Amino acid sequence: MDPRLSSRIADATARAYGRAVTTLPPDVETALERALVSETDPVARGELENILENVALARKGNLPICQDTGVPVIYVTLPPTVPLEDGLFDAIAAGVRRATTEVPLRPNVVDPLTRHNTGDNTGDGMPAVHIRPGPRLSVTVLPKGAGAENMSRIEMLLPSEVERIPDVVVRCVLEAGARPCPPVVLGIGIGGTFDVAAALAKEALLEPIDTMDPFETSLCDAVNRLGIGPMGLGGATTALAVKVRRAHCHTASLPVAVNIQCWANRHATEYVEVDG
Amino acid sequence: MTDLATPLGTEVLELVAGDRVTLSGIVYTARDEAHLRMMREGIPFDPVGAAVYHCGPVIADGRVVAAGPTTSSRMNRLSGFLLDAGVRALIGKGGMDATVTGQLRGRGVYLAFTGGCAALAAARMRLEGVWFPDLGMAEAVWAIRLDRLPLVVGIDSHGANLFAGVQARAERAAKLP
Repeated sequence: MDPRLSSRIADATARAYGRAVTTLPPDVETALERALVSETDPVARGELENILENVALARKGNLPICQDTGVPVIYVTLPPTVPLEDGLFDAIAAGVRRATTEVPLRPNVVDPLTRHNTGDNTGDGMPAVHIRPGPRLSVTVLPKGAGAENMSRIEMLLPSEVERIPDVVVRCVLEAGARPCPPVVLGIGIGGTFDVAAALAKEALLEPIDTMDPFETSLCDAVNRLGIGPMGLGGATTALAVKVRRAHCHTASLPVAVNIQCWANRHATEYVEVDG
Repeated sequence: MTDLATPLGTEVLELVAGDRVTLSGIVYTARDEAHLRMMREGIPFDPVGAAVYHCGPVIADGRVVAAGPTTSSRMNRLSGFLLDAGVRALIGKGGMDATVTGQLRGRGVYLAFTGGCAALAAARMRLEGVWFPDLGMAEAVWAIRLDRLPLVVGIDSHGANLFAGVQARAERAAKLP
């Protein structure tokens, strides 16, 4: 890869990472403000006030919103003029390492068995990079914290169990309780295969949360009837939004993946000039 | 809103689950590894009236950059020795189990801080010292001075656990048609 392009991709990755962990997307902040308006419980209101003050302080001070700056999940769109080659992955990893020292990020990436920390948020298969064609070269960073990720679930339902999908979603949030830092955002992947459903669920978290279709709204309402509330201390807002993505699947299967995201539904996109 | 300051005394026994409080004074961060080390080698700070904060902060240039709470339930089996030694408050997110609720009876409280609020926390903190730095940034014990950190009494010293009550109601709601 052209070293100048490689350097620009690393820059864009580091910039997107820095922006993602310090500046909450406006649709997420608006959803939190709306939740504060609808909550009457003083404890729930206090939690949301803390969150909104925290979001404002982080943005103003260019500070991480949360000390769990996550692991790097990265989505790239590649225009026809840029070949898909190893250098692209190397450039993205270089951007992650730079963000780790410059932002700074907490070094979170470890060997799964020895638990040895690599110290720079990269390692085998990390960052997780997802690439698809697109009109421009873009790098989207979705830093994923462990508290919410650990409570995510996938179920392989029977084709006759379509009606059980809301129950799978509600059970997942119920079992998670306070641990994923509610109010959460839920990414749901329905269909595909075991792996595709999980990937769809995570990608759904990138969609704007200020609109939901009727199915998403019904899932969100069902979750909010649990009353778990902000931080599991009780209240009307357990989920800020539910976003669903679907894929066709085998006639004999119905995978359903629920990827829980904490209230800090962090993500940011940077574009890279390919010419010049 | 009740204003608390460390070292804590019997005033914490008056608190009731659901009360909103602020905490000032020194707290000590500790996660899994620090608890295990303290169980083996002893508590490096004076535990009487102390507050232990479940937190793995980001520290840079002698300053607290980000310091929100971590999930307290990981310390469910690791907290008894602290309360036996005189610790009066455990601080974290997500609540703790019936064992800890029992250990807090007549002795101390669990205080919930809003998960993810690392910048808000850092704005009200000053770094004072560190023990066990070899455990790494997230797992070391950091001594941090708080200035009115806003907290909620999640578990009181009379056995009331706000999280458990909310979860029990959610279980019942999930069973409704």
